[in-house]
Amino acid sequence: MGANVATVIEPVVGRTLRQIAWSRLRKDRVAIGSMIILVFITFIAIFGPLISNWIGVNPYDFNTELLSDAGSLPLGAFGGVSLAHPLGVEPLTGRDILARLLYGTRISLLIAVSATIITVLLGTVVGVISGYSRGRTDTILSRFMDITLAFPLLLVIIAMSPVIEQRLQTFGLPPGNPSRITTLILVLSVFGWPYLARLIRGQVISLREREFVEAAISIGSSNRRILFRELLPNLWAPILIYATIAMPALIGAEAALAYLGISVVPPTPTWGSMLQESVGYFTVDPFYFFVPLTMLLAVVLSFNLLGDALRDALDPKSGRH
Amino acid sequence: MFPYIVRRIFVMFLMLTLLSIVVFLLFNAVPTDPARLTCGKSCTPEVIAANRIRLGLDQPLLTQYLEWIKGFFVGRTYGTGSATFECSRPCLGYSFRSGEEVTTLIVNAVPVTMYLALGAFTLWMVVGISAGIVAAKHQGKWQDRTIMGIALVGYSLPVFFVGLLLLIFAIVRWNVLPYPDYEPPFEDPVAFFQTMLLPWVTLAILYSAYYARLTRSQILETMGEDYIRTARAKGLSERVVFRKHAFRAGLTPIVTSAGLDLAGLLGGAIITEYIFSLPGLGRVAIGAVTDYDLPTITAAVLVSAVFIIIANLVVDILYVAIDPRVRIT
Repeated sequence: MGANVATVIEPVVGRTLRQIAWSRLRKDRVAIGSMIILVFITFIAIFGPLISNWIGVNPYDFNTELLSDAGSLPLGAFGGVSLAHPLGVEPLTGRDILARLLYGTRISLLIAVSATIITVLLGTVVGVISGYSRGRTDTILSRFMDITLAFPLLLVIIAMSPVIEQRLQTFGLPPGNPSRITTLILVLSVFGWPYLARLIRGQVISLREREFVEAAISIGSSNRRILFRELLPNLWAPILIYATIAMPALIGAEAALAYLGISVVPPTPTWGSMLQESVGYFTVDPFYFFVPLTMLLAVVLSFNLLGDALRDALDPKSGRH
Repeated sequence: MFPYIVRRIFVMFLMLTLLSIVVFLLFNAVPTDPARLTCGKSCTPEVIAANRIRLGLDQPLLTQYLEWIKGFFVGRTYGTGSATFECSRPCLGYSFRSGEEVTTLIVNAVPVTMYLALGAFTLWMVVGISAGIVAAKHQGKWQDRTIMGIALVGYSLPVFFVGLLLLIFAIVRWNVLPYPDYEPPFEDPVAFFQTMLLPWVTLAILYSAYYARLTRSQILETMGEDYIRTARAKGLSERVVFRKHAFRAGLTPIVTSAGLDLAGLLGGAIITEYIFSLPGLGRVAIGAVTDYDLPTITAAVLVSAVFIIIANLVVDILYVAIDPRVRIT
């Protein structure tokens, strides 16, 4: 599955890890394929409303005339696929699935990307501080990480979501989707960061003993300079790898929460809520279920493949044996 | 070794204390009034006020916390005067919803979750690790590609999707198995296995995929080490090299993951239990959350967290036993 990295024989030129990694990635067809899929889906997410306007579909309009009288199932093959509704319509309401998928992609990715960014920021900051400062600060932060890691994540998220949503509304966020989506982003990120923080802490502990840090200290660099100029540039590889693993995990978590009933306010779609709604129709209208599933799987698989490729590309040991 | 274990156990108790405080505050310092959650629709101001005093919810949080801890270790008495009732140790309070002792709810749910977790664990360790070993031994060949391809897909599938698909096909469509209806294994072993088979498989599919990937990468990493070359150079058979040198050294991270994953599942496999209606901890917890049953939520979260903290300790001790390179400091 990993990158098939060929050792290129050329005059020895000093290259940074970034250059080496990029040249390895470029030769990895799986990685390039995943990146193309991800760029395409990001494009869909950003321009979703424009695309659905242009095709002439709308995620909220009912089209009950397209449903059978008995059972309200879509008429026609594959869940009512037609020129006007390229991915068919929903049972019961007749809403256009393509439009809902386009809008849902937007929200699912918004949640996953925001949560990943917060997780990465929080994890990096806490990890660096904990690893760089010895003694009490490190002990306190490490114990804090341990305790957060000991929590049954999903359960606490489910239990805390309503409470956090209430709090957000008292801070002035409008009720409904704005506060619901913020809640989802917050709960998903608050519990993800300790994994990264631990990883970063370990890296920093080994880095801080290296000569270049000692050199920086001896010429009198400030702590801030050492943290940002000396340590952080050495940490971007694990951070990047972590982010590509966190994305699919968070997308899956959003879907799992939606399945348990914690999702955006209907009728707004996300991948999770579409899956949750369609699963009940699986035996009679499987196509409806496969549409969001395919999308979710495409993104999750691409991220996982890209993560594997990145790990191989960024590993200084790979490609030498 | 011994002082290390003692110190680790001490740290564990410290963590447990901290954890109980955090869990208690998380669910009892809520913006809504806990007393109002005790009676649902039949709430009148009088009932709320009476319940508040009876359950000690009028006390400051610190007193409430200490009472709660005391209840666990020595039992506690609720109410005053003639309306007192006893909650013997280990007391975790009464469910706001059903009025049952939370301890009973938890004690009934733990075995179900335990059977689920242990069964799935055995399945995925056997399948996952053997698949990983086969893949590593045939690195780059078709066996490796096939196994890793399957593992990647298995790893990427959402849990509820696998569970629901198995439920829909094996039970609803093809009637291979009866509808899940949990029976304890010693009362009706056949029904027990019929119910547990799909949940075990569901969890095992996801975790096997992860463990196959982990095992493969661990073995390949150790096979690249210098001491493996040394072992080969001194003429050891490939079998001995693999068993005694590569596999054992690559085992450490697998043990860590296995311990923590098992503990995580013991705390309740929420989605799997939900799909297959298993009356385990996850199910109890989800029910409590939907009903805002604070004592039950608090207890369920605490029990899950305790499993993980204990597992952390066991894993760290196993580490030292497996890998002599780990020096205790």
